[in-house]
Amino acid sequence: MDAAVRELSYSQAIQEAMAIAMEADERVILMGEDIGVYGGAFQVTGDLVERFGPDRVMDTPISELGGAGVAVGAAVTGLRPIFEFQFSDFATLGMEQIVNQAAKMRFMLGGEVSVPVVMRFPAGSGTGAAAQHSQSLEAWLAHVPGLKVIQPATPHDVKGMLLAAVADPDPVMIFEHKLLYKMKGPVPEGHYTVPIGKAEVRREGRDLTIVATSIMVHKALEAAETLAGEGIDIEVIDLRTIRPIDRETVIESVKKTSRLMCVYEAVKTLGIGAEISAMIAESEAFDYLDAPIVRLGGAETPIPYNPELEKAAVPQVPGIVAAARDLAKGVR
Amino acid sequence: MATAKKAAEQSNLPFAYTQYSHEQLRDVLRKMYLIRRFEEGAEDSYMRGLIHGTMHLSIGQEASAMGICMPLTDEDQITSTHRGHGHSIAKGADVKKMFAEFFGKTTGYCKGRGGSMHIADVSKGNLGANGIVAGGIPIAVGAALSAKRLGNGKVVVSFFGDGANNEGAFHESLNMASIWKLPVIFVCENNGYGMSTSTARSTAVANIADRAAAYSMPGVIVDGNNFSEVAEASHAAIERARAGEGPTLIESKTYRYRGHSKSDRNRYRTKEEIEDWMTNRDPITLFETELKEFGVIDDKGIEAIREDVAREIAEGIEFAKEGPMPEISDLAQFVYTEEVA
Repeated sequence: MDAAVRELSYSQAIQEAMAIAMEADERVILMGEDIGVYGGAFQVTGDLVERFGPDRVMDTPISELGGAGVAVGAAVTGLRPIFEFQFSDFATLGMEQIVNQAAKMRFMLGGEVSVPVVMRFPAGSGTGAAAQHSQSLEAWLAHVPGLKVIQPATPHDVKGMLLAAVADPDPVMIFEHKLLYKMKGPVPEGHYTVPIGKAEVRREGRDLTIVATSIMVHKALEAAETLAGEGIDIEVIDLRTIRPIDRETVIESVKKTSRLMCVYEAVKTLGIGAEISAMIAESEAFDYLDAPIVRLGGAETPIPYNPELEKAAVPQVPGIVAAARDLAKGVR
Repeated sequence: MATAKKAAEQSNLPFAYTQYSHEQLRDVLRKMYLIRRFEEGAEDSYMRGLIHGTMHLSIGQEASAMGICMPLTDEDQITSTHRGHGHSIAKGADVKKMFAEFFGKTTGYCKGRGGSMHIADVSKGNLGANGIVAGGIPIAVGAALSAKRLGNGKVVVSFFGDGANNEGAFHESLNMASIWKLPVIFVCENNGYGMSTSTARSTAVANIADRAAAYSMPGVIVDGNNFSEVAEASHAAIERARAGEGPTLIESKTYRYRGHSKSDRNRYRTKEEIEDWMTNRDPITLFETELKEFGVIDDKGIEAIREDVAREIAEGIEFAKEGPMPEISDLAQFVYTEEVA
């Protein structure tokens, strides 16, 4: 019997996943700044403190480095912490514990321990919060062996991937675009998982592959619908996980369409698009390419405050439409 | 037995002599020798090219490691530092597997992946040395959070050096441990220098234990070269932690005879200073003198310990030499937890 499916927002889906994990396993605790009675800066934890109490929904001091380290230490010794960075930008304050400790501890100790910690990072621009509260830093963490890095794009996926992350024995970093929090979509009730490391073809097409992450998946789908009216048939892949990358899905798609475009919000240079492009260049799909690969990423600037500048700093639907049209038609 | 203990408590004997049996005290001496000879053996192997990389020796700090670990059980946990060989042995590690790790062998504690700076022995509660100054402190607080939440009665000791007291992780960790009343003991082994920079030049307070006041916990200063004094402070802090009363900061004032690491040219301290510590304040010499004074051991007994330790070290080095190197094809092993079939 299939579980009932309701419409939930992305943030409700996260909250439901955390509640299910906590119900199922006493060892699961939530940690973060103002996640208790305040409900989290983006109301993701909401009223969970009333249900599970302050010992399991722990407000931490504003101590990202120490807090992340406490989560790591607790994970190694028997708990299953889900640690919320209030903004992904604050990962900069916790990097030591994420990169030097969480990612490497199992390796350094020759496999004697696992570090089953989940860290959540509200990320991305579009909220007018300017340069220090709007970044997309996922590629930083994806550069570190030992971590798994995911960017679920839908309410369905974020619930299933968070539940997969809690069950995962290794550290999983979840980047959640803040503009997705209010987005609604179908979410099954109860427990289910969406595997880490598997991309999803969101729209099948013949003329061009767009590999997108997080909120850019939705922008790419919108662009694809527009171009469908012009007879251009675009395949949209939601990468979902950026470490480990699902090579097979991307390579197979490019072999089919012979054209590749990468769309992501993080700064374009040295981002996930570079990795996907290099991966195709190194693969058998290279021989199938009919045109150079195109990357659309964030501008080489900090995120500005002014709303028009802010929009201009990251890919938007009209830009994706124009670039995809050019690529599909071979105009360079 | 109870009356004997009471009589000892009423006497003016130092703490350790009221708390531990003669056999236990002799074993403490043995372990202090084991730490020193282990490090001398590691240094010698390094000089002969058998060990690569670098290492940070704690020769001169043996009483501190032993005094802190003596009241701990095998279930209690520690986090350690780059200068962590002594902590590891004091917590019960086998020198064979430590040497094997230094030699990069699969028979080592970390199967050759960690080396000197990441020595761990999870089976004895050593969650690992750490290459990052203050890196282990928040991890210890997390382990203490687990202990409290799981109600398993464990306490956690976080060892760190004086250099770590100026890292943000130190301050954030002490604060969290205090507000949550966690069973953790912060042990600063102040050997006077963070690499080359003296605590006088690096640290605004006279004593690192003074920092405890800012986090509403007891701050205790001990002579880190006096085993009994260290053990007494550790004992009290552990009792407090087990009783749910929260953390303690212990500052163990000590000295390292060797340089910071193998690159040290020793330009920041005088020969006289080093010789003074070695001659007048050596923790093993002091402890031996005391043990003889209280009739715990005689010269013959000491000689027997030295010979026994020399044999164990020689066997350890042989064990390390014989162990297999990791397969190159296993390079990516342990990056992620393997799928269980």
